[in-house]
Amino acid sequence: MSAADLSAATVEAVPRAKPNTGMKRSRVVPGFRLSLGVTLLYAALIICLPLATLILVGARLGPAEYWAVVSSPRAIASYKLTLGAAALATVFNAVYGFGLAWVLVRYDFPGRRLLDAIVDLPFALPTAVAGIALTAIFASNGWFGAPLSVLGIKVAYTPIGIALAMAFTSLPFVVRTLQPVLEELDGEIEEAARTLGAGNVTVFFRVVLPILVPALLAGVSLAFARSLGEFGAVIFIAGNQPYQTEITALLAFIRIEEYDYPAAAAIATVMLGTAFVLLVVTNALQAYARRHELTP
Amino acid sequence: MSAAGLPRGASSGWSRHVLLGSVLLVTAIVIGAPVLAVFVQALSQGLGYALASLAHPDTRAAILLSVTVALVVVPINTLFGIAAAWSIAKFRFPGRKLLLAIVELPFSVSPIVAGISYLFVYGGQGLFGPFLEAHDLKIMFALPGIILATTFVTAPFVARELLPLMQLQGNSDEEVAATLGANGWQTFFRVTLPNIRWGLLYGVVLCNARVLGEFGAVSIVSGNIRGETNTLPLHVELLYHDYNAAGAFAAAAVLTVVALVTLLVKTLLERVSGQAGARRGH
Amino acid sequence: MRRLPFVTAAVLFALAAGPAHAEAPGSILNASYDVARELFVAVNEAYGAKYNKETGKTLEIKQSHAGSSKQARSILEGLEADVVTFNQATDIQVLADKGFVAADWTAKFPDNASPFYSLPVFLVRAGNPKGIKDWNDLVRDDVKLVFPNPKTSGNARYTYLAATAYAKEAFGGDEAKANDFVKKFLSNVAVFDTGGRAATTTFVERELGDVLITFETETLGIRKEFGADKFDIVVPSVSLLADFPVAVVDKVADKRGSKEIATDYLNFLYSPEGQTILAEFGNRVRDKAVAEKFAASFQPVRLVTVEEEFGGWPAVNKKYFGSDGLLDQQLAGQ
Repeated sequence: MSAADLSAATVEAVPRAKPNTGMKRSRVVPGFRLSLGVTLLYAALIICLPLATLILVGARLGPAEYWAVVSSPRAIASYKLTLGAAALATVFNAVYGFGLAWVLVRYDFPGRRLLDAIVDLPFALPTAVAGIALTAIFASNGWFGAPLSVLGIKVAYTPIGIALAMAFTSLPFVVRTLQPVLEELDGEIEEAARTLGAGNVTVFFRVVLPILVPALLAGVSLAFARSLGEFGAVIFIAGNQPYQTEITALLAFIRIEEYDYPAAAAIATVMLGTAFVLLVVTNALQAYARRHELTP
Repeated sequence: MSAAGLPRGASSGWSRHVLLGSVLLVTAIVIGAPVLAVFVQALSQGLGYALASLAHPDTRAAILLSVTVALVVVPINTLFGIAAAWSIAKFRFPGRKLLLAIVELPFSVSPIVAGISYLFVYGGQGLFGPFLEAHDLKIMFALPGIILATTFVTAPFVARELLPLMQLQGNSDEEVAATLGANGWQTFFRVTLPNIRWGLLYGVVLCNARVLGEFGAVSIVSGNIRGETNTLPLHVELLYHDYNAAGAFAAAAVLTVVALVTLLVKTLLERVSGQAGARRGH
Repeated sequence: MRRLPFVTAAVLFALAAGPAHAEAPGSILNASYDVARELFVAVNEAYGAKYNKETGKTLEIKQSHAGSSKQARSILEGLEADVVTFNQATDIQVLADKGFVAADWTAKFPDNASPFYSLPVFLVRAGNPKGIKDWNDLVRDDVKLVFPNPKTSGNARYTYLAATAYAKEAFGGDEAKANDFVKKFLSNVAVFDTGGRAATTTFVERELGDVLITFETETLGIRKEFGADKFDIVVPSVSLLADFPVAVVDKVADKRGSKEIATDYLNFLYSPEGQTILAEFGNRVRDKAVAEKFAASFQPVRLVTVEEEFGGWPAVNKKYFGSDGLLDQQLAGQ
């Protein structure tokens, strides 16, 4: 998901979110049939048809066997790993992304614009490139991997490496959702709180953070969703060992390579279902963030 | 939006420096180092070697294939994005929210799931497999399969860029144009397009970057035929496992340059559209 | 822009119809196993020259490399390979069962349709710092192994079966002890890549693990590529004969009219010139004269076969590699 739509959606759409009310059934605007027709045709052929087929293939298994596949120990291990690594990546991004957004909005320093541009790099860089680059750096003979391995810390081919790759690819979500809200939040409220005698720490936790929480949650849930599905960046740096460092996407991929199509379909439907649930949650959070943004 | 450089009296001193310093440090480690590593590794055998490996017929074929895919997919998804944003932003109809969710779905679906799904539709054992085979149509492990899978993965980019813009602008301009007797296309090209052009361009640029970089979905539907169905990201993986790390990173460097150019264009667009927005809005 | 629907339709049609006939008859596709990349570059070059000399025409030989089983799957799904050169008979058998390859494919070429063979051996870091000599050293706590996933890689299946064969002998047929041995062996694996070449990269470039277990030909290739001073080859007391079978994919070749070329291409592998190239890349070959010439490159080793040790591939697949087979159980128990 691109960053700008988030900023646009969360901020700019808000102040004037009303105009929608004025277009009830206003078919003065042309192109309804054509645009909807194209959209529906495309959505049906490109998006719905393959996903429906996937569900169909998964459903052919029958409930008992479906359950056996998706709850096999190896699948469970992969869910745990994927969820755990994605959670770790998301926590990292919540902290780091918060700091990054804060610095970008609040501080003026040389190179700020450059830093602002760089934040989107993970969106623009192919995931496979990110994967081999991170692996090269964090392998035990890499720039960072070598000193870390002296300390006994292994990153590449461990769950930490997986989390790192996920953090890389999903970082912009957090920053780009927080940034516009931070920009809206000018210093006045904080000044006011301070004149009332609140200290810096109190101001941050009692005034600033509560306002940012909805946007932070929205960004975090986007980052989490993206991390769960990440493949290209992860497979290079993961050890790909069943039960240890095998993410769910890889397990589905391996089932395909083993000709085990029903099993691949079953695991893929679990991922699809998770993605859909997260999408709903994210949209709800974004709507919540939007509502709460204008209160001051 | 608040002006940059408000007086930030309270956050002065050491806390400011610590925060700024640690953010810059982490950024250097997490984002800067990988990019640098790509170029360092690409040049590890010398510039001549890197250029030679880029000139290899298989690498050239991979670049050409990726460009071909982009030339097909980006226009398709641009048209779709405009249509989807137009219908969803400008009209109310039953199922609108569902349609929006469907359009956004490819963002959160893993590329692997996308690839597997396409395999089930067009593969030899798939839904249309027998039909395609009977008519000698090849989709899987050939260009059409790669294009379809990439189209799916990058479907929402332009739409998501345009939706908030179109919603923000409302319908009044178009309504005025329609009352003044403009036909649909005139309204679109003369009234709507000037309003959304920067957002559109921005979506197209991002979409293009993702099309060129798609890996997971394509790795399932490509047959790994060197010089024929290997896109550039797949070729990076292939070379990486070919005892040819330098060659792999040289190919990766090409993609990294594309990414950096994308960021540059994006930043410029933001600046231009920001100014345009400021002029328009206030 | 009223043409929009037509443009869309035209694009969709172009997508569907695209490269159905893109391949000129002057080309064939060889779908092969993962670590044969460099080998077939050399073979294709030699055969291309020979073909050109004999016919005056040029032939483009395309290569596709991945795990052997993955390749078989791709062909079933529509990858139009004229010939397959795999590292495992079962992967061709799958194609035969589905009618892609003649049912009697093993009789179509000499030596059970396998012009060359290899065996899993160990590659260790220079000087063999962990003192690895045989399979029983690989279950020590201080030894980390690298080999690909037996589910996707024929290469790894040989490794797994060779370890099992060793354990069966070592424990005098005590299944439970042998099972524990293999379990420990698997738990020492640091990384399971999906193909043999990815495992090589992990071991060589990323310096992970103490022992890489892969085909002898790959270990010789690694030493050639990265320097003989960096790695040592350890040949265990017993290993498994890995036949590298070949076949023409009739279904594709008939359709494309490439059967004659495809057959000739595979026969070339049996010719002295072809066998020499195979041997140069560290494969053990059938041709007596060529084998003699390269005898010094290959250490003597006792080889068992899948047939005599395990009763053939169908039995092996059922017992070990199927869903919830022994391999799954051994992995799960970790």
